[in-house]
Amino acid sequence: MEFSRPVRWLLLLAVLLLAVFPFVGADYYTELVVRIMIFGIFAMSLDLLIGFTGLVSFGHAAFFGLAGYVLAIVTPESSGVSLFWSLPLSILASGLAAAIIGWFSVRTTGIYFIMITLAFAQMVFYYFQEAVQWGGSDGMFLFFRPTVTIGNTVILDLEQNRTFYYFVLGSLVASLLLVKRLLGSPFGRVIMGIKANESRTRAIGYATFYYKWVSFIIAGMLAGLAGYLEVTHTGTISPGYLAWHESGIVIMVVVLGGLGTLYGPVIGAFVFVVLQDTLQDYTSHWLLIMGILVILIALFLPKGVTGLLDQILYRQGIQNTNNEDHGHQDHRT
Amino acid sequence: MTTIFDGDRRHFLTLAGATAAAGFIPTRFAIAGNAPVKIGILLPYSGTYAMLGESITNAFKMRIDEAGGKLGGRSVEYVAIDSEMSVPKAGQNVNKLISKQKADFILGPVHSGIAAVMAKIIGKKGSPIMIDPNAGSNAVTGALCAPNIFRTSFSNWQTAVMAGPAMYDAGHRTIITISWKYGAGIQMMQAGRESFEKAGGKSVKDILNPFPSVEFQAHLSTIADMKPDAVFAFFSGGGAIKFLKDYEAAGLKAKIPLYGTGFLTEGVEKPAGSAAEGVQTTLHYVRDLPNETNKRFIANYEKQFGAGKSNVFAVQGYDAASLLLQGMAAVDGDVGAQGKIISAMGSAVIDSPRGKFTFSKSHNPVQNIYLREVRNGKQVTLKTLAKGLEDPAVGCKA
Amino acid sequence: MDLTVFLVQVLNGVQYGFLLFLVSSGLTLVFGIMGIINLAHGAFYMFGAYIVFWLNGVLGNFFMAILLGVPIMIVLSLVIERFAISYLYQRDHLCQLLLTYGLILILNEAQLLIWGSDFYSVPVPEILSGRIALTENQDYPIYRLFISVVGLLLAGGMYLVIQKTRLGMIVRAGASNREMVEVLGININLVFSIVFSVGAALAAFSGMIAAPVSSVFPGMGNGILIVSFVVVVIGGIGSIKGAFIGAMLIGLATTFGQVLLPNLASMVVYALMAGILVWRPQGLYGRTTSS
Repeated sequence: MEFSRPVRWLLLLAVLLLAVFPFVGADYYTELVVRIMIFGIFAMSLDLLIGFTGLVSFGHAAFFGLAGYVLAIVTPESSGVSLFWSLPLSILASGLAAAIIGWFSVRTTGIYFIMITLAFAQMVFYYFQEAVQWGGSDGMFLFFRPTVTIGNTVILDLEQNRTFYYFVLGSLVASLLLVKRLLGSPFGRVIMGIKANESRTRAIGYATFYYKWVSFIIAGMLAGLAGYLEVTHTGTISPGYLAWHESGIVIMVVVLGGLGTLYGPVIGAFVFVVLQDTLQDYTSHWLLIMGILVILIALFLPKGVTGLLDQILYRQGIQNTNNEDHGHQDHRT
Repeated sequence: MTTIFDGDRRHFLTLAGATAAAGFIPTRFAIAGNAPVKIGILLPYSGTYAMLGESITNAFKMRIDEAGGKLGGRSVEYVAIDSEMSVPKAGQNVNKLISKQKADFILGPVHSGIAAVMAKIIGKKGSPIMIDPNAGSNAVTGALCAPNIFRTSFSNWQTAVMAGPAMYDAGHRTIITISWKYGAGIQMMQAGRESFEKAGGKSVKDILNPFPSVEFQAHLSTIADMKPDAVFAFFSGGGAIKFLKDYEAAGLKAKIPLYGTGFLTEGVEKPAGSAAEGVQTTLHYVRDLPNETNKRFIANYEKQFGAGKSNVFAVQGYDAASLLLQGMAAVDGDVGAQGKIISAMGSAVIDSPRGKFTFSKSHNPVQNIYLREVRNGKQVTLKTLAKGLEDPAVGCKA
Repeated sequence: MDLTVFLVQVLNGVQYGFLLFLVSSGLTLVFGIMGIINLAHGAFYMFGAYIVFWLNGVLGNFFMAILLGVPIMIVLSLVIERFAISYLYQRDHLCQLLLTYGLILILNEAQLLIWGSDFYSVPVPEILSGRIALTENQDYPIYRLFISVVGLLLAGGMYLVIQKTRLGMIVRAGASNREMVEVLGININLVFSIVFSVGAALAAFSGMIAAPVSSVFPGMGNGILIVSFVVVVIGGIGSIKGAFIGAMLIGLATTFGQVLLPNLASMVVYALMAGILVWRPQGLYGRTTSS
């Protein structure tokens, strides 16, 4: 998959803006942007499933939260642990969980896939909810952020908010490039083929199950990265992070941003977080407004914000010829 | 390893730093002397515990209004955020109140898990003062205690620890404890069980139901089968009503007396109806306490918000405002003088509807615990179980 | 666990199963026939409970409250169907998840605005307020038996309507081939409107029936929502028989999970669901092709 030229320029511009933001934005907003970027990685990982593989996972929060729990569990109260082993460990834990859950789930399709991923995610959720040794429903703290040191030299001091900001920005860009690369590979073409028409792809001779399974695992690991960053950022983890509610919200963010675009979900995360942050200031009944907005999006913006941008960028006619570039595909069943 | 792990170098510090830096420069008061004091509130306004959030907020504002609507001579502005009872959102919500809204004081929360997150963020030097008007987690004035964290409600330990001897004195020798499996329930059941066994009784089974499930039938059959002398329970809100009704409908109420911490019957006397009648609970407040403040409080509150609406949560919100009034009076509204405010608040005597109370070193109320019973849909004081009970503040180093 | 206790626990499980069936029946109808994932089902359940609380207070009669409350919910759901759901029939599950999720948020806030945040309860009607002695210590409330009877009647009634009547035939046909039914001159949009409002009314009805044993409080629908999805999926989407069996399985699994595996109680239900779906991906009585 390739981004069209205007999109490429816009993305470059966005990264530049993000890079200078800590120098111009107030502390509060810098922190808000960190949250958006982490959420963006999370949503992007789900886009790999929904937008490219055609798998609507309703349990994606489980992998996000699991990696976070692993980091919090391995970190003692007295000092931080090295990122060099804790990050791979956390991501692998999410990957392993995704491998197990995916092994069973990916065999199903449609509503059953949605529901079986929900069921497994609920199991993970309740496991931590009941795990008194890890704080039960109250969750646990991360007292120190992971360390990035070689020998006695501190490479990155993540306790510094600005350093952490760039670390998250780097992770976001790396994730985007990595997934884009993946989708450009033969593997990527196969999973997109599965989304377009699974039986045809199977007929050509691809073992579609394994392709979907690997896609599920990769998405789980990427969600794990986001979870790891989130816990590093907030210093807390609790079962609430794994609840079906969160899985639902991230689906909403992906659709809000635009399915099958990779960068769309990041925009979706931006819109969602900013909207929430702003609405909250006006009324404690902001959920009502959010509800109305969600319904309007579902009804009138099925291609999300990026779909809207496309229309503005290309106008109606030209858009169709470029459609392939954006991986937009009707998602009818 | 080099020592980059300076305990103060936490990620929240820089956020809080802006407020702190501004707060400690004396000139700020001179400039902002007439600006309103900003109270940041983080309480639930939706979901199961919305009633608690509203009661606390209403009573807090009512107390400020009683004092002329001013704190230390300055007018008051409120910024409220719905906590949605979400622990994951707690961090960002608190940061928002501190960094974006620049709140001078933080009021909240209801939920223990949120309280822990808040205490961890706020318990740093330079953060605003936090008043916890409900969440009873022992840790808030225990392991997470800090000079700028106060609580006007209770510790979970306080609400349950007198129940053990009370049940033993009533002639019960065996009990089953039952509650939701989450922070508050576990802490209360532990205090109740330990005090009962210390008194000489035996706790034969501890039942923990997943939170917030309200399916009790299987547990009631277990209780009927094991026939303890009494049952000690913690549930609250909708779950409490359901438990009381199920307990009565299973015919257990007449055979195995039901006890609990006060939340089992507080605020649900009417909807639970006959199912709550005669249930005895321990709590730091009873509606029929004869002191003048209580009478005045109930009259005022119910005039404004409806008959029968006052409850212990409102009392806790009311007292949070009383505490803040005393702190701000000591500095004439200069929020920059946080040290002075804290010492004034720490030594405050609160003229509360629950009776006068003071604060322990860890800033938890030193208060009476009463044995109460529901009679004709009303809470009645049976006796005072403890006078000036102080939480042991396990793990508090501040 | 001796035999008596075991039997009592079985009774508890079955009785809970009946309650679950009441809630899930409407969901499986909408889910199976219209292919709509209605996340707002729990919110309808909550609205039912609040409406019966309100009408019971006004009318002083529980049964009258239900008789009047159900039509109110039908009207409300017809409006929702007309102005939101009806646009989704040609769309994918994603849009449905989104839209009905938005509905949850709106209905929850609407409940707070209309009835406030207090906890309420609905008294058990006089005629059903008795108890039967079950064991030496435990009684069984007649009202719970009443719930079981209602569940049983509903199961039978729905089965008959869907399998034996012309309406049922149209509905089943519309579910499997919408275009074909339209070609035959049947107004499928009308049929879908009816099915959706029946589904919503069933959710509300179960909330009304459950109100006297439960209590009425904000957010009460959230807990029931996911469990009823589990029931529907275990049973096979769209199958009334499946929903019935699924509800019984979940009822029993919940009850015995609480007694035998107290530390894993809440996981048991989902483990059961995952296990069944691994064994039979379309659920116990589901059609082999998914929607």
